[in-house]
Amino acid sequence: MSSTIDYSQELSVVEGKPPLRSIDDAIIKPLDSKPDKKYYMALAVTISMLGIGVIGLALSFYYGTGLWGNNNPVGWGFPIVNFVFWVGIGHAGTLISAILFLFRQKWRTGIARFAEGMTIFAVMTAMIFPAIHVGRPWLAGYLMPYPNQHSLWVNFTSPLLWDVFAVSTYFTVSLIFWYVGLIPDFATLRDRTSNKIKKIIYSVFSLGWRHSNRHWQHYEMVYLILAGFATPLVLSVHTIVSFDFAVSIIPGWHTTIFPPYFVAGAVFSGFAMVQNVLIFIRKIFNYEHIITLDTLEKMNKIILLTGMLVGYAYGMEFFIAWYSGVQPEQFAFVNRAFGPYAWAYWIMVSCNVISPQLFWFKKIRRSIPVMFVVAVFVNVGMWFERFVITVTSLSRDFLPSSWAYYTPTLTDFAILIGSFGLFFTLLLLFTKTLPVVSIAEVKAVVDGAQPSHKDH
Amino acid sequence: MSEKILHSYSGIFDTPDEIIHAAEKTVEAGYTKFDVNTPYPIHGMPKAMNLEPSKLGYAALVFGLSGTLTALFVMYWMAAIDYPITVGGKPFFAFPKYIPIMFEVTVLAAAIGTVSTMLFFFFKFPNNAHPLHDTSYMKKVSSDKYGLIIQADDPKFNEDEVKVFFASLHAKDVEPVYYDMEDINASPKIYDKKFIGGLALTFILVSGITYFTLNKLMFMVPFNWMMYQDKLTVQEKSSVFPDEFGVRAPVAGTVARGFMPYEFPNEPELAGEVLLNPLVPTEKNLALGKKKYDTYCSPCHGDFGDGDSRLRGQFPNPPSLHSEKVRNWSDGRIFHVITMGQNIMPSYSSQLTREEKWATVLYVRALERSKNAKESDLK
Repeated sequence: MSSTIDYSQELSVVEGKPPLRSIDDAIIKPLDSKPDKKYYMALAVTISMLGIGVIGLALSFYYGTGLWGNNNPVGWGFPIVNFVFWVGIGHAGTLISAILFLFRQKWRTGIARFAEGMTIFAVMTAMIFPAIHVGRPWLAGYLMPYPNQHSLWVNFTSPLLWDVFAVSTYFTVSLIFWYVGLIPDFATLRDRTSNKIKKIIYSVFSLGWRHSNRHWQHYEMVYLILAGFATPLVLSVHTIVSFDFAVSIIPGWHTTIFPPYFVAGAVFSGFAMVQNVLIFIRKIFNYEHIITLDTLEKMNKIILLTGMLVGYAYGMEFFIAWYSGVQPEQFAFVNRAFGPYAWAYWIMVSCNVISPQLFWFKKIRRSIPVMFVVAVFVNVGMWFERFVITVTSLSRDFLPSSWAYYTPTLTDFAILIGSFGLFFTLLLLFTKTLPVVSIAEVKAVVDGAQPSHKDH
Repeated sequence: MSEKILHSYSGIFDTPDEIIHAAEKTVEAGYTKFDVNTPYPIHGMPKAMNLEPSKLGYAALVFGLSGTLTALFVMYWMAAIDYPITVGGKPFFAFPKYIPIMFEVTVLAAAIGTVSTMLFFFFKFPNNAHPLHDTSYMKKVSSDKYGLIIQADDPKFNEDEVKVFFASLHAKDVEPVYYDMEDINASPKIYDKKFIGGLALTFILVSGITYFTLNKLMFMVPFNWMMYQDKLTVQEKSSVFPDEFGVRAPVAGTVARGFMPYEFPNEPELAGEVLLNPLVPTEKNLALGKKKYDTYCSPCHGDFGDGDSRLRGQFPNPPSLHSEKVRNWSDGRIFHVITMGQNIMPSYSSQLTREEKWATVLYVRALERSKNAKESDLK
């Protein structure tokens, strides 16, 4: 099959020119039908994972953060590793919905809504970690500059505070972007449903959308503006996350390559996660004609590209460490590759740099089982990248007398599992409550949906 | 019920080409209050409908820039004016470090502002009472058909002409759309029992939860662990030290910073000879002295040092400061009295700092001079 693809002209985004009403039917079907056994089984698994996380968190709140592996030089352990990992996962959604929109990549329409949803859930998951890492999350309100009883303001020169602003802005803007995209779909749902309660809910959320072309005109403009703002926003978010590291003076962190390196890594891991989940979604809900194999192949190409950017960054870090002639820098990188955490470093390199190279082959790019496995490796690798950056630098800093080895505890792992549980639980609920593919956008890119302008 | 009010006439088309054509014809026919409803935006429709380009870009510009400036000024005011704190040796107004937050606030303000402008100002949403809702026309155009409506309030609207016009376009399902009389006649029910009850319940719940959280929950385990820690505080009894005091005495001879003991506690004459006033009678020093004199001295010695305050007669009378004796005292001698007290006058060392005492002495000197001026003062 793969040999019949003709790359010389733009492919149809939606296969087989389906009638528009059948697109409604296909996308809305999961919302109108009762969940089946498999759905409940999947939900049971994710909720159990979430439960493990809740137990871990409850214990941490009761006994304190001493239950974690964080020790004196390595104060940042798992919570920060997980935070950076999850924020990174979110980046693919905004990249697909905003950057690819600006580049007029029509193939994004089938996956944009779902990826945006993943962004929101990933950022929600990510926000747990800095909150619990401060030790007393019920006092997290002090992160906001409001006139409090100490008449004291927050420190605007700290990257950690920039993080507060960046992540909360990112979450809000992603949510707005997502909701704006959902308004016409809510209107379609409203006009379709025969259930009274659903009708009220959809009416409220559709705000009374009438599919008017006087509105569509402004709507398309607002979508363009949002995409224009979200594009630098998504780049800024992981840039600022990387500032948490780069603005400090720890060897291995204090480098100017961090912002682009982090952004590339975020897109890399995010695309891998989106690809993994979409493979299930298109199969389970029969969206193979909407989320086509071509779309997945294009995603794999982006994974290959960003994977090589990340690989380049790994190499460049070593080069700069050597070229700078700064001894602690040089030690930090030799220690990364051959020190006590060499195992983590080599897991990272083999997963992130070597495994995506398989995507040079078209057969592998278009083989669902193989691409799935590669993307899982990428996610594992990207988690280890954050682990390597955070832990190796902290555990061996300037002063050898304060060196210590960091070992995560069971509670750390429980919270990590819980974060995956939360993310996938939210995703599963999403698939049953909202259209996971944008109905209006997909209709607009079906062959023959736009005027042929013959008479002009 | 009165007669139905006509909102518009509607017609359905099957293909995007037809609807573009219909829109162009409608503009040609001179209708202005018409609308095209399609399940997704159709390329070229704004041109066919002769619509002006969207002005939302200006909204984005205005909201974005206000976000940038608000962030800049708020951070400047907080960090450089209201509570300046030095961080890492940077200037209070550390502009480069404000850029990330300025950027984030710009994006946030622009996104929220532009979307709100579109939804609430341009579209007048939420509007679920529009006559088009729940019509068969709406059900078709929200799925797979393309519809055109011509409103009854269009100046050129004429029911028969519009029907003919739709027929000339080969529109299907040409139907009138009426206002929903129930919606028009409905009035808001603010005094509805359910509404009031819901409001009251919300009020009780919100205030109850807030009260519980702030006044009870924060004092429960484990939230109070920071408050009650296993450590000795100053006033507590200790089982560790033989003297059973929680607080340890400082090393003998320790002097607290800024609390150098007075050198001549029992030698007033020597103090008068040795101590010299380090301050000169500038306006600022005299103002400080007046403030302290009025606060601490005037209740007994009187506002002008005559010893004529209203405490006269209740205690041994406070002496006048204009007596020969006091006028001939040196500054240091007066300083000694303020520091150590005299007769029933107590020491004012805990109320006044060293500098304030000297400023007060200056002011007393000025008072004395005012009542016993020299001839040279008149020049």
